[in-house]
Amino acid sequence: MDVLSLSRIQFGLTTAFHILFPTLTIGLSLYLVILEGLWLRTGNEIYYRMYRFWIKIFAIHFAVGVVSGITLEFEFGTNFARFSQAVSNVFAPLLAYEGMTAFFLEAGFLGIMLFGWKRVSPAVHFLSTCLVAVGASLSAFWIMAANAWMQTPAGYELIHGKFHVTRFWDVIFNPAFPTHLTHMLLASYETAVFAVAGISAWFLLKRQHEAFFRKSLSIALVMAALIAPLQVVAGDFKGQNVARYQPAKLAAMEAHWDTNTQGGAPFVAFAFPDMKAEKNLCEITIPDMLSLIITHSLHGEVRGLKTFPPEDRPNAAITFWTFRIMAGIGFLLAGVMLWAGYLAFRKRLFDTPLFLKTLVMIQPLGFVATVVGWITVEVGRQPWVVYGLIRTKDSVSPIAAGNVVWSLGMFLILFAVVGGSYFYFTLKVLRNGPDAEAPATPSEVSIPASGKITATNAAGREVTS
Amino acid sequence: MNLIHIWVFLVGLVVILYVMLDGFNLGVGMLFPGAANRAEQDVMMAAIAPVWDANQTWIVFGGGALFASFPMIYTVLFSALYIPLFTFLFGLIFRGVAFEFRANSHQKHIWNRAFFGGSLVAAFAQGVTLGGYIEGIRVRAGIFAGGPWDWLTPFSIMTGVALTAGYMLLGAGYLIIKTTGPVQERAYRQAFWAGGAVALFLCIVAVWTPYHNPEFVANWLSRPRIYGVWVFPVLSAASFVLLFHHLKKRSEIQPFVWSLMIFLSAYLALQSAIYPCAILPDISVAEAASQPETLIFTLWGVALILPVVLGYVWYSYRVFRGKVAYGDGYEQ
Repeated sequence: MDVLSLSRIQFGLTTAFHILFPTLTIGLSLYLVILEGLWLRTGNEIYYRMYRFWIKIFAIHFAVGVVSGITLEFEFGTNFARFSQAVSNVFAPLLAYEGMTAFFLEAGFLGIMLFGWKRVSPAVHFLSTCLVAVGASLSAFWIMAANAWMQTPAGYELIHGKFHVTRFWDVIFNPAFPTHLTHMLLASYETAVFAVAGISAWFLLKRQHEAFFRKSLSIALVMAALIAPLQVVAGDFKGQNVARYQPAKLAAMEAHWDTNTQGGAPFVAFAFPDMKAEKNLCEITIPDMLSLIITHSLHGEVRGLKTFPPEDRPNAAITFWTFRIMAGIGFLLAGVMLWAGYLAFRKRLFDTPLFLKTLVMIQPLGFVATVVGWITVEVGRQPWVVYGLIRTKDSVSPIAAGNVVWSLGMFLILFAVVGGSYFYFTLKVLRNGPDAEAPATPSEVSIPASGKITATNAAGREVTS
Repeated sequence: MNLIHIWVFLVGLVVILYVMLDGFNLGVGMLFPGAANRAEQDVMMAAIAPVWDANQTWIVFGGGALFASFPMIYTVLFSALYIPLFTFLFGLIFRGVAFEFRANSHQKHIWNRAFFGGSLVAAFAQGVTLGGYIEGIRVRAGIFAGGPWDWLTPFSIMTGVALTAGYMLLGAGYLIIKTTGPVQERAYRQAFWAGGAVALFLCIVAVWTPYHNPEFVANWLSRPRIYGVWVFPVLSAASFVLLFHHLKKRSEIQPFVWSLMIFLSAYLALQSAIYPCAILPDISVAEAASQPETLIFTLWGVALILPVVLGYVWYSYRVFRGKVAYGDGYEQ
C-alpha cells in the first residue's frame, strides 16, 4: 500500500478511536454540572453520591480521550504535510484557539474536580465542574469549525495553491459550521445521557441501588427527552445544508444517481449501490420522498450522482449505509423517548422491564451513530480534502510508507491494549457500583446565613471564599 | 520588534514552558521504580496527578501555535522526525492512562511499569527529536526531502539520554518540594546523581554541538550577540554550584529552582545560536512564517487568553500547594 492509503487508514483509525471518548465526556460533563448543581441547591446527599459515582466513569474516559487526541494534532504535520502547508493560514489558528480556550480550561480545572474536594469550597468546586464542561463544548466548537471549513471552505483566497485568509469570521462561521456544531454537540449529549440511562436501567433490572439509579435515570431521561427530538430536527437541517453546499455527498448518501427531471426524486430505503455500474442493486424506493425530505416539496429537484464526473464522486456504497445506520439510530432513540413519555404519563417508567431492557440494549448506539456519522461526513467529502479545492491524493507528506506501516501497527497494538483496559476498568467501576458511605461529603462545609461558604481544608485551616 | 519576532518569542516560550512543566512530570515517572513500596508510589503519583494534564496541554497548544505561526517548521519537522515524534506520543499515551488505570487496578505493577516506561520513552524520544532538529533537515521547495532515518545519529541518541537525565533532575527537584520522609530523602540523592549527569552531558553538548554546527559559534561570536551570550554559560555554572550547595543543605525549594535555571540557560544558549534560523541549516524564520493576518489573529488570542490561562494554572498549583500526605488521591 502507498503512503496515502496508509495515512488515511491511520487517521481514520485514530480519529474514530478518539471520538468515542470526547463524545461521552462532553455530554457527561453537562450531566455532572446538573448533579452538582442539584446537590448544592437541595443539600440532598444522594446527588453528591451520584456525582462521585459518575465522575469515575468520566475520569477514565477523559484520560483516554486526552492521550488519544494529542496524536491527531501531530498527524496533520507528520502524515498530511502538503495539506497542512496549503491550509495553515486558515486552518491552524483554529487548532491554536482550541488549545488556548478549551484544553487548558478542561485540564486546568479537572485536577480540582477530581482531587480538590477538601481543598476548595463547594462553590469553587462547582465552578470547576462548570468550566470543565464549558471547555469540553468549546473544544467541539473549534474542531467543528475546522472540519466544517474543510467541507465548505469560506473566507479565503487561493494564491499559488496556498490559502490566504480574507476574513476569519467567514472562516469560522462557514456555511456548514452551524449545523455541524449543533449536530455534534447534540450527538455528544445524546450519547452520554443514553449511556447513563442504559447503565442505570441495568442496575434497576438487577434491583441494586434502586433509589440511586432511579434518580440517575430520571435526570438522564429528562435530558434525553429534550435532546433526542432536537437531534432529529438538527439532522434535517444538516441534510439540507449538505444538499445545498455538497450536492455530490448528498447524492452518494442517498444513492441517488439521476437528477429527477419530471416529478419527485424517490427515496432509496434499501439498496446496494454499485459505483462501477452507476446504479443500485436490490433497490427498494419510496416515490417522491427524497424531494420531500430535501426540498420540503414533492417535486423539488435533487441533483444526481451521475451529473458529477466519475473522478469527483464519493463512494455511495459506504456513505449510503453509514448514513442510514446513523439516521436509523437517531429515529430509534427519539422513538424510545416517545415510549418513555407514554410510560412517564402512566407513571410506570421504573417498573416496565421491557423498557429498562431496551435502554440497556440501545446504550452503545449513540457511540455507533457518532462513528458512522463521521464516516459519512468524511468519506462523503472525498475525493477532496478541502471540498472542491484540494484533492486528498495531493495532501500527503513526503515520507516513506514504512514509517506509516510502523506507526499504524503500533496504534493497532496500543489501541487494543488501552481500549481493552479502558473497557475492563469501566466495567469494574460499574460492577462495584456506587458507594453510599465513602468518601464522606465535605461535611465540614457549612453555609451560614451570610451566604459565605466556609470550609476546612486538608491542613485543618479555615478557608473562606 | 515585528510580528515574526513576537511569534519567535511566543513559540520559544511555549516550548520551554512545556519542557519545564511536563519535564518534571516525566522525571517523576522515570524515578518511579525507586519507590520502596505501594505507599511511596502513591505519594509520588499524587504529587503530580492534579497537574500533569495541564502541563501536558502545553505541547498540545504548542503544536497548534507552531502550526499557525510557522507552518513550515511544523510540516517539515514533523515529516522528518516522524519516528521519534510518534515514539514520543506512544510514550505519552501510556504515561497518561497509567494515572486512571492504576487508580482503578488491583494489578498495580502493570500500570507502574506503563507509567515508568511511558515517561522514559517520551523523555528519550523528545531528546532525540531535539538532536534531530539541531542536526538539520533536508528541505526542497518548502517540503521535507530527506529519508526516514536521517535523525538517527550518535548525536541525537546522546541528546536523548541527556534530556532523560535532565528530566530526572527536574522530577527529583519537584519531589523534594512535594514530599517528606524517605521519598524526599531519596529524591535528594537522585537529584544529586541526575545533576552530575546533566553537568557531564552539558559539557559534551557544549563541545559536540559547535563541532556539528560551526555556524553556531559564528552566531555566538557575532555582534551584538557576543555581548550577551556569555551570560548563559555563567548562569548555568552558577546554577549548578547553587544546586549542589542546596542539595547538601537539604533546602526544599531551591534545588528545583536552580534545576529550572539550568534548563533555561541551556535553552537560551541554544536559541541564541540557532536564531534567525527556523529549520537548520538554511530556512529563516521569515520564510517559515504564516501570512501576517494569521499571525495577528492568533496573537489576539494569545494576548487575551493566555494570561487568563496562566492565571488559573497558577491558581490550580496554589490549590494543591504544600506537601502530599500519605493517602492523598482520589478518595479525598
